[in-house]
Amino acid sequence: MTAAPAPALRIEGLHKSFGDLPVLRGIDLLVAEHEVVCLIGASGSGKSTLLRCVNLLEEIDAGRIFVAGEEITAPKVDVDRIRRRIGIVFQAFNLFPHMSVLENVSLAPRKVLRRSRADAEREALELLERFGLADKQGEFPDRLSGGQQQRVAIVRALAMQPDLLLLDEITSALDPELVAEVLDVIRGLAAGGMTMVIATHEMSFARDIAGRVCFLDGGRILEEGPPDRMFSAPLEERTQQFLERIIAAGRL
Amino acid sequence: MATHGGPPTVTDLDVGGVDGPRFVGRRRQRVSWRSTAIAAASAVVFFGALGWIVVNAPGWDAFRESFLDPRIFWGSLPDVIKGFWTNVRLFLIAEVLILVLGLLVAVLRSLPGPVFFPVRLLATAYVDLFRALPGVLVIFMLGFGIPGLGIAGVPVEPFFWAIVTLTLLYSAYVSEVYRAGIESVHPSQDAAARSLGLSRFQSLRHVVVPQAVRRVIPPLLNDFIGLQKDTVLVSFIGVVEIFRTAQIKQAATFNFTPYLAVALVFLVVTIPLARFTDWLVARDRAKAAAGTR
Repeated sequence: MTAAPAPALRIEGLHKSFGDLPVLRGIDLLVAEHEVVCLIGASGSGKSTLLRCVNLLEEIDAGRIFVAGEEITAPKVDVDRIRRRIGIVFQAFNLFPHMSVLENVSLAPRKVLRRSRADAEREALELLERFGLADKQGEFPDRLSGGQQQRVAIVRALAMQPDLLLLDEITSALDPELVAEVLDVIRGLAAGGMTMVIATHEMSFARDIAGRVCFLDGGRILEEGPPDRMFSAPLEERTQQFLERIIAAGRL
Repeated sequence: MATHGGPPTVTDLDVGGVDGPRFVGRRRQRVSWRSTAIAAASAVVFFGALGWIVVNAPGWDAFRESFLDPRIFWGSLPDVIKGFWTNVRLFLIAEVLILVLGLLVAVLRSLPGPVFFPVRLLATAYVDLFRALPGVLVIFMLGFGIPGLGIAGVPVEPFFWAIVTLTLLYSAYVSEVYRAGIESVHPSQDAAARSLGLSRFQSLRHVVVPQAVRRVIPPLLNDFIGLQKDTVLVSFIGVVEIFRTAQIKQAATFNFTPYLAVALVFLVVTIPLARFTDWLVARDRAKAAAGTR
């Protein structure tokens, strides 16, 4: 056994621009195993881009990203192998509309992990059962509510048994009455020890679930800390202004 | 009711009572009956006049003899239909090959990254070339030219080269239809597939292409209506199919009526396929409207 386990995620000096527009300007972040980190900040502060970079969906300009000690931004790394260990759930669900719920969940285990159809579907069904979706296994995504679709998307990511789960504003596209069912699922995952990085606009949820909250502003992590302190006594003026606007909008 | 049209009469109101919607319903029915009658009358007048002009043309009798001879029509129809069987075989074999080759070319053209530049270049050149050349030219050059080279082992049968030509010509068009379909699938679908660890090829195979194909079925069918008709092009290199059969009949009888038989056979086959395509498009549109809610 090695002395100290490598952190689940380590980001060093991450830079990313889209054309002339810098989106991430030197991000450093450390996420321990079983930790839940929430990224907050205004739209355009770089939260989503940061998550997409960690999943190698965006090419980075500078910096390094390590997952469980392995540098995933190294040249010649097998991106498909890396992505197997990192799950991501998108704001717009991105379920495959031409596949049933069961097929959505079992596709990657079958094609990537080479499980037999029977095994993959049995395990997918067990997962769907756990999240109260077993009766939807034969439905197509457009027959489900937004909350159900997002829960299926979470189950689809979990079916690959990722070491790290990235959640990109997963409740932003939902009607308010459907938000709770999705957040309950995430609470359950956090209680089960899943390592998660969550970009969110739900401040009360972040306060509730996060071990640590990072405030992104202008492509940098301006301030980070435990949720109690971040929400009650933020140090930076920009953080205070952001939280005041959120409170004014009734989101905290 | 004795009178049709005109403003609603007291009788209308009495029958409908004060029941508004019923009255409106009756009125709408009457209006639609009127437009049908007007459409029918104007059609009769128009086509009647056209028919009158044709029948009274100076050359009508000669035309009727050489194009509308019922004896020659019925005499040539069985052989024409037999010739059409060759077109059907050409069509069915070529269609399967086109669906495969067209998709392959579309996928090759969609491969991203600098590594695949030569592949994209080749695929693009192929599509440009075969869309630019008139079909008759390609048929001549492949059907006569390549067998003319006399290379051992290369087939010389016109039927073989007919299939090759139709496949090459139409795959270029069909690949563009596929490509439009592939590009219409939102990139977030590919992102979702890749984020689960699927390779670029697996994402195409299981996520992008199935959705793309579903979307392009109506335009694909449209191209196949074109292919069905263009099978007559291969008569130029000596394949005895429907058009060639009619030509032989025409040469033997000095009468053009066999071509009328050919035209009718194509109408009977192609129009239902066109209607089926329309129906599919309408159904897809209704489905899309229901999906967006």
